[in-house]
Amino acid sequence: MSFEYAPAPESRAITNIKPKYGHFIGGKFVAGSKHFPTINPATEEILSQIALAGKSEVDAAVKAARKAFNSTWSKTSGKERGKYLFRIARILQERAREFAVLETLDNGKPIRESRDTDIPLAAAHFFYHAGWADKLEYAGLGSSPKPLGVAGQIIPWNFPLLMLAWKVAPALATGNTVVLKPAESTSLTALLFAEVCQQAELPAGVVNIVTGDGSTGALIVNHPGIDKIAFTGSTEVGKIIARSVAPTKKSVTLELGGKGANIVFEDAAIDETVEGIIDGIFFNQGHVCCAGSRLLLQENVAEEVLHKLKNRMEKIRVGDPLDKNTDVGAINSKEQLAKIVELAKVGDSEGGQRWSPACDLPKKGYWFAPTIFTGVTSAHRIAREEIFGPVLSVLTFRTPQEAIEKANNTPFGLSAGIWGEKGSKTLWAAQQLRAGVIWTNSFNKFDPTSPFGGYKESGWGREGGRHGLAAYLKGVSNE
Amino acid sequence: MSNRIDVKKTYKLFINGSFPRSESGRTYEVKTSKGAFLANPCLASRKDLRESVVAARAAHNGWSKATAYNRGQILYRIAEMLQGRTSEFIEEIMVTTGVTKVKAEKEVLQAVDILVWYAGWSDKISSLTGSNNPVAGPFYNFTIPESMGVVAAVAPENPSLLGLVESIAPIIASGNTVIILASTKAPLSAMSFAEVLATSDLPAGVVNILTGKKDEIAPWMASHMDIDAMDISGLSTKLTAEIKVAGAENLKKVHSFKSATPHRITAFTESKTIWHTIGV
Repeated sequence: MSFEYAPAPESRAITNIKPKYGHFIGGKFVAGSKHFPTINPATEEILSQIALAGKSEVDAAVKAARKAFNSTWSKTSGKERGKYLFRIARILQERAREFAVLETLDNGKPIRESRDTDIPLAAAHFFYHAGWADKLEYAGLGSSPKPLGVAGQIIPWNFPLLMLAWKVAPALATGNTVVLKPAESTSLTALLFAEVCQQAELPAGVVNIVTGDGSTGALIVNHPGIDKIAFTGSTEVGKIIARSVAPTKKSVTLELGGKGANIVFEDAAIDETVEGIIDGIFFNQGHVCCAGSRLLLQENVAEEVLHKLKNRMEKIRVGDPLDKNTDVGAINSKEQLAKIVELAKVGDSEGGQRWSPACDLPKKGYWFAPTIFTGVTSAHRIAREEIFGPVLSVLTFRTPQEAIEKANNTPFGLSAGIWGEKGSKTLWAAQQLRAGVIWTNSFNKFDPTSPFGGYKESGWGREGGRHGLAAYLKGVSNE
Repeated sequence: MSNRIDVKKTYKLFINGSFPRSESGRTYEVKTSKGAFLANPCLASRKDLRESVVAARAAHNGWSKATAYNRGQILYRIAEMLQGRTSEFIEEIMVTTGVTKVKAEKEVLQAVDILVWYAGWSDKISSLTGSNNPVAGPFYNFTIPESMGVVAAVAPENPSLLGLVESIAPIIASGNTVIILASTKAPLSAMSFAEVLATSDLPAGVVNILTGKKDEIAPWMASHMDIDAMDISGLSTKLTAEIKVAGAENLKKVHSFKSATPHRITAFTESKTIWHTIGV
């Protein structure tokens, strides 16, 4: 007997996508000059036309942000700034369903995740930072903390609205104004957020949103009127930004790539661990910088874990992101799919054994079945490079020391997971790992109170928590 | 006056707890402020730097895992050793820089006091910059500062001893290890300070001191892939951009400071956040 799920699609009627968008500058929507399409990656349907900001639009946005900083925002008390952030948090909660559906349409992620993770966390981020705005002098970041000025913020496509919240909320709470550029494939929720700013009556120019591709990002990074660059994206682009701003006085924070180790000790609770492995690599199609993409299994439990993991993977539901029962949605873009396909081929050719459950992938759109590679060694490219897709590389180890050595053998240092029932051992492992975020007996948990960021080539600075405020204050930011 | 000939010190490098000459065989001349010959210290090479990095990396695991109490005691021990040799350092600073005895003495005693100050910081910085984060879920979530790893530093030309000590102390207080390039014109007190370090129970490789040319060595520091961060307080600002561009290859954290503050410690720490699951 087999149980089948009936389709349970979320209605998209709640969204109101315009055929064409402009930029949000100085509190107003202004028409763009050139446009490019944004598509639903699950269907390849063109959702809308997004404006490509060039020099004049970026100039106008920076000018509006500077004017707002000088004339309004720097003169607004922390108490009042905080109230604007509380308003934004509330409006995000009120319009949460609309944001969730729009995010899923534009990004391809399952509605379950946009509804239960992305949007609630984005609202929580504004709520958390709202409370900081009038308490900065108690944050231990100097007795008279001062904002940097105009922040240029460039965010990725994997958690579009959430990454906007991670950037905009602390910047505004600390008294900065912003010019934000969403990723070219996922601009829609940022543009809807512009409406939220209007509804919250945020003073004009405090938040400016320009859309575009890497060329727009470069204009922001190199703009002389910007005091701070905050970037989340690939390590490759992070290095380009670090070089570009080297001759300037700009402050920089970078949230970059990772190749997170997920370590399973022999005493781990195997069923829980299997759920955690799934969360670690298949959450958000593996489009997660802190994904647990390297599974390190202690040799004597490897066979059992892999057996149960494969059983569990058979039950993953891949398909329509708007369906409430979908676990894994669409790959965000054609380009990203090509990159995943290519690295998986390298995995084959270097001798890894590929396995995926049988699953019917939709004919249209961009899809990649959940995949694991066994027989991987630390030298393989799929154990070293960030795939940013639903592909897990499995390695084994014999002793805890060997696990740590393998886990730390990477230029990245963003995240790691540890599974084991002995508290002293999991804490020991957490102490030995060179990574900024470590989960013991869980994976991929996020919270606005919890600082997030990486060691080594995973970036500069932290986002979230008290630590994240430093990125937007004078004298304590990463210079 | 006696006819006795003085026994002069040969100034060498300080790498991995030993005092080797530069592998390059190169030296340069250091003169008094009046132009008389003083010494031929080593003109350190890129290979000397690389060997120092190997030593510093090897020392990092042990030093970073030593207790903060232990690191504090060793920093205090360094202060004790320096205090005991005050007169020798005053002499070296006077002869190389031409400052008065009062000024030289002030510099040495300030260096002693800075060591004591940072000794006390080693077991307090975590309490001040760490946090317990009230996440919305069944987790005990906390953030702690940890050392970054291997830091390369360029000491200011002047004050040669105080500037060197102000750079080293905060870097090692949190558990980093360091390779520092001493003042080019006044390197003698730096190499005598290496003797202080060598007699202070500081594990070999935690501090490595090179003498030589800044514009030659600093760019090699910036491009070295096993150096995690740099303190370029002693480097001409003309070189800052070049250093940061080269450092971007492995995203080095590059900082420069004007005074001794706790920020000199935190600038070379990473925050680690641990989510510890709560449940029965």
